[in-house]
Formats: sequence, C-alpha cells, structure tokens
Amino acid sequence: MSTSKVTSKQGQADKLYLKDKGKTINMSHGSGGKAMRALIDDVFIKGFSNPILDQLEDQARLSLKELSALGDRLAFTTDSYVVDPLFFPGGDIGTLAVNGTVNDLAAGGAKPLYLSCGFILEEGLPIETLRRVVTSMSQAAAEAGVFIVTGDTKVVNHGSADKLFINTAGIGVINKKVDIAADRAIPGDVIIINGHIGDHGAAIVDARGELALESTIESDCQPLHELVQTMISACDEIHCLRDATRGGIATVLNEFAEASNVGIRLDESAIPIRDEVRGMCEILGLDPLYLANEGKMLAVVPAKHAQTVLAAMRAHKQGEHSAIIGEVVEQPASIVVLQTMFGGERIVDMLVGEQLPRIC
Amino acid sequence: MMKYVDEFRDPVKAQVLKHEISELVKQIPSAAERPLQIMEFCGGHTHTIFRYGIEQMLPKSIELVHGPGCPVCVLPMGRVDDCVALAERPNVIFTTFGDAMRVPGSKKSLLQAKAEGADVRMVYSPLDSLALARKNPDREVIFFALGFETTMPSSALTVLQAEVEGIKNFSLFCNHITTVPTIKAILDSPDMRLDGFLAPGHVSMVVGEQPFQFITANYNKPIVITGFEPLDILQSIWMVLKQLAENRCEVENQYKRIVPVDGNEPGLDAISKVFELREFFEWRGLGSIDHSGIRMRGEYALYDAEQKFTVPNLKIADPKSCQCGEVLKGVIKPWECKIFGGACTPENPMGALMVSSEGACAAYYNFGNLPELLAKRKATKPEGEAV
Repeated sequence: MSTSKVTSKQGQADKLYLKDKGKTINMSHGSGGKAMRALIDDVFIKGFSNPILDQLEDQARLSLKELSALGDRLAFTTDSYVVDPLFFPGGDIGTLAVNGTVNDLAAGGAKPLYLSCGFILEEGLPIETLRRVVTSMSQAAAEAGVFIVTGDTKVVNHGSADKLFINTAGIGVINKKVDIAADRAIPGDVIIINGHIGDHGAAIVDARGELALESTIESDCQPLHELVQTMISACDEIHCLRDATRGGIATVLNEFAEASNVGIRLDESAIPIRDEVRGMCEILGLDPLYLANEGKMLAVVPAKHAQTVLAAMRAHKQGEHSAIIGEVVEQPASIVVLQTMFGGERIVDMLVGEQLPRIC
Repeated sequence: MMKYVDEFRDPVKAQVLKHEISELVKQIPSAAERPLQIMEFCGGHTHTIFRYGIEQMLPKSIELVHGPGCPVCVLPMGRVDDCVALAERPNVIFTTFGDAMRVPGSKKSLLQAKAEGADVRMVYSPLDSLALARKNPDREVIFFALGFETTMPSSALTVLQAEVEGIKNFSLFCNHITTVPTIKAILDSPDMRLDGFLAPGHVSMVVGEQPFQFITANYNKPIVITGFEPLDILQSIWMVLKQLAENRCEVENQYKRIVPVDGNEPGLDAISKVFELREFFEWRGLGSIDHSGIRMRGEYALYDAEQKFTVPNLKIADPKSCQCGEVLKGVIKPWECKIFGGACTPENPMGALMVSSEGACAAYYNFGNLPELLAKRKATKPEGEAV
C-alpha cells in the first residue's frame, strides 16, 4: 500500500469523525438500548451498508442458489484481531480484520463472499477511532469484493480489554476443480512465495516506536484472493497454499512438511526480504523467517508448472516480487532445512515461545 | 546489501577459508588420532555457528565445543526465583532483557509471573528502565542486570546516571558474572580435553586482551579473540589451527576492528566504581565458581535491589538427570544427554543449555541438521503436537 493512499484515506476519515470529537464509548453503547442502536446506525450501518446487512435481521440470509453456482464446497473460517497499535504504516486493525479472513478463505482456493464482524470495545474508546477503523474495514471489503453482512458489538469496562478487538468470520465458495491441501506436497514440487517476507511484523515493531529507525516499514496487509485465482487459472495442479501470518513462512513450511510427511529445502539467498526488514532483524535479533506477514501466500507447485505459475504471479500486482525459494524433498521427512547464504545448512523448526506479541 | 554486515558473510570467501581449514588441519598430527576440540565460550558465537550452519562446513577432525557463555542459560533457578519474588512485590515494575523472561525458576518463570499479574516489562537497555523510573516516581523500578563484562558498563553507567539525577526509585538486581574465572574453572576440570579457544569478542571489547594471557601461559592453549559474523568465526578457527600447526600458543585478536588491546577504559572505570567481586557465585550446570559473580559496592546500596528489598536467596539444585556440565566441557555431545529432546526441550527446558537460543542444546535442537540429531528428534517427538 502506498503512503499517498494512506494519507488520502486519513484525510477522508478526518472529515468524517470531526463530529465525533471528544465523544467516547461508554457502557450504554453495549446495553442493547437507544445508545447502542444509535451507534450501530451511525457507525456500522453507514460504514458497511449493503442489501443483506440493511435488512437488519438477527442473521444474514444467503442464497444457496447463488452460492452453489460458484462451486461445490463452502469455505468457512474465523479469526480474531488484537493488534497493538491499532494503526500502523500500511494498514490498521480494520484492514487486517478484513484481509486476514479473506486470505484464510483464499488459501483454500475459495472465492471469498461474506464476512461477519464482532467488535469488543473498551469503555472510553474515542468514537472517532472506532469510525476510522470501520471506514478502513469498509474500504478493505470493497477492495476485496466481499460484503460484511452481520455483526455484533459488546462494550467492556475500562481495563477489561485494550481499546478495540475485532473478530471476523468469512464464507467463500470453492470451485469443483480446485483441490488444495497442506498434505499434498510431494518430492519434486517447488515452493513459491509472492514477495518480500516479514514486512508486517517489522512494521508493527516500528510503529510501536521502540526503535527510532530512519525509514518507515509498511505492512504488506493486502487481499490475496485475486492472486490465488490467477494462480489457479495458470495451473490447476497447485498442491498447497497457505498465507504466512503469525509465525511467518517458517511456521507454514513446517506445517506443510509435517502434514505431507516430506522434507523441505529452502535456499536463503532466494528468499525476498527488504533491507530495512533485515536491518531491523539484525538489531533486535529476530529471525525474519518467523516474522508475521499479512499479504504473503506460500504455494507448493509441481516443478513442471513452476515457471508458468511464477510468471502469472509476477504479472499480478500482489505478486510482482514472487520467487521460487525452495523445493520439496523426500528426506529428512517433516523437517525444513535452510541452505544458508553463507554456504552452511540448518534446520528451521517451529517457533518456540513467542517472537512478538499482539502482532495481528 | 547491508553495509558492514554482508562483507562478513561472503559465501565465496567462506569457501576459500573452508578449503584452507581442511588443508591446515592435515598438518596437525594429533588431529589424525582424535578430533581437535575448539571451544567457543560465548553464546553469541554459538548462535552464529548454528544460524549459518558453520559446523557442517568444517572437516570431521574439528569439533566445536559450545561453552557456558550464555548468561541467561547459566543463571541458577534460585536467582530466577528471586527475580519472581521481586517482580511480585506490590508496586514494583520489574524490567528485563527479553530472553530472560522464559528462564524457568523452581516454580515459575518471569513470563508466568507476568501472566499472573506481576508488572514485568521487556527493555532493550537499562536506560529504558531508568526512563520508566523517571516516568513512574511512585513505583519501584528494578532492572534485572545480567550478562558478562559486555553488559556491565551499561548497568554501571545507568546506576551512576540515577545517582546524578537523584532518582531514588530505581535499583539493579545484579546477576553479572565474569568470564575469566569461569574459563579457568573449565580448564581445571579433570575431564577437560580442549585444544583451543575462541574468546568472546564483546567481552574483550571491554576488558581487552590481557585477561586471557593466563590461558596461554598456564594452560598452554591457543586463544583467538573472535568477532560475531560467520567469516569472523571461520577465520578465527583457522587462526587457532595455524597456532597448533606451528606449535605456537598466543592470545591473538581476530576482532581488531572492535577490540582494543587494553579494552575500554571508561567502561572499566564505571564497572570498578559500582561493582565488586562476590566470593563465589552459583552457575547452573557448573556449580559454584569462586570469584565469578559480581555484586554492587556498599556505597551503592540504595540502588541494589538485593539490599533494598529482601530476596529469598534459596539455593535450588539442578535436576539430577541434567548433564549440562558434561556438555559444557565437551565430554558429551548435547544429543548424547539422556534427556535431550525428551524430558528437556526448548518448550520445557530442564537444563541450562536448553533455555535460551544461545544455549548449545537449544541451538542443536532448533538448528542442528545432523543425522543422529534428526533420528533423536524423530524418536522423541511427542504425538499430536499442538500447532
């Protein structure tokens, strides 16, 4: 996401929440009474408006006929968002809450369609903050072509939550021809990623202001379903897909290796990573392989289709910096091995403990 | 390209050094009978060795022994218990470097204490901790000071700064340890069979070259002060081998770009102003070592958490099954330990060396790509591991 885009978005939002200035969330906004109704109408309905939501029933009603025209399986997923800080270069908790769930659907090859959205608000949260988050959620949803069709709001006492938490669930449809699963990797496949790793994790650390870095690192928060559809169109034999969020690419590759009972060999020199991110990792002793991403998809593809898929990805705006970063091998099974840039080898294990808290 | 970093990770130069090391080791007769053992003392070196896979680049006739230089790892359980006790005092903000949060005490780690409500915060420097004290004048801010000579100057200077500013709600819980008595203890142990040392670069930056002279003079072992990039390590191994091949025994300095011959005078001054040696200090895995610990001088009692508050100060024995001591001295390899990967894993560390990623056992467990290690991992991997 470009800086100018963020600035203009902020400019729009500034106008919108001028009228909210000084107003904060209190317990009555979650009481089910008049204050809550006013908040829902003014902030959520206005922000998310679409024909299904606007019916204002207790549940969204979705046409089975329309769904089944798109494929033969429903994809259904949920995720909660607790990122700290709420706003960071390249996105905010709202864009995360939409794109994160869209990407979980996309990773199954599904076309994402509908989202639900639950808010947990801390008493004292400025209403302008809430409106700003809702605005970016509605923009992200429009960008991803999904509708937020049902929702819920709860308010908790000051101190019982930190400002604002969001849960979204998503529904999508998987086309008949698509069969993507973590246990389908076989020796001879190659590993492809759609761009630089670790941007989101680094952006959050940067935004927390614990380090005075010269350059700003932006989150890679973006929806990936169009990229995935492009990949599927280029090759109907994609074996595995997963978006590498918390735990980074190391975690997802370990999941593939374990589920498929294969080994994975990574080539460190082929893994795209920005200098700023590498620099930050050097200073803080973080391993970028474990840094969170919010717009990165790992694909396992048969070697014979690798160049076709790679070319299709590179032609897409969410995959310009795509690269082949490794291969699937037989042994050692369930283990990810990194060929280091230096000429040595090491294992890349699942993360122990926690590298960074509240990253998404 | 990152300047001043990538130059020291050049794979082409690495291949040249790798070749020269293999040639050089052939000129050392004893290497034909049994592998040469070179100990890197410092946890930072251990980390580099594993991170870049340096061990596999060396010929079989060279073994690296990973020493006790990870201050987080060698911290005894009793001291962690003291940390937890301090952190759980009402009104205390307990600040620590991040990697000390997970170290298990006899009942819990700082991370668990935090989860139960203690105000434990991660900082990058003791000055961050002093800033917290400034910002929260009604709270007691304690900094968990640990590490070798590398981190001592910053702890000392922070105390001096607090004194200048008259900040009264800041104190250190001092767990600093010294390098030389510890190397000496290892060299004195009867089952020791090391052939040479890589000396810690950051410690040397503070203390200089002189404190290591006894290793060459009294124990006849070559030692090379070593930097932290992978090429530094390879070059230093080559330098140790060169000494062995030429029958020399000296303190050499590979890390000249950082380490001055006489160390850092202002840093040493601050250290001696604020700190003094303890008679002995307990190490996890190694037991009690004379004059290896540091405490604060009486003049700075006001800034000494141990004197300002009461700490339980109970000695907790290492688990019996733990073989950390033997691993530290290079007598056994980490995976030869009875509990490696089974009862003792990075998730649930029993022994010191499994605690931090700079500990030898954790490094092997996390990074080691050796057949015997992979077999052990497989054999001990718990079923249905939660993801």
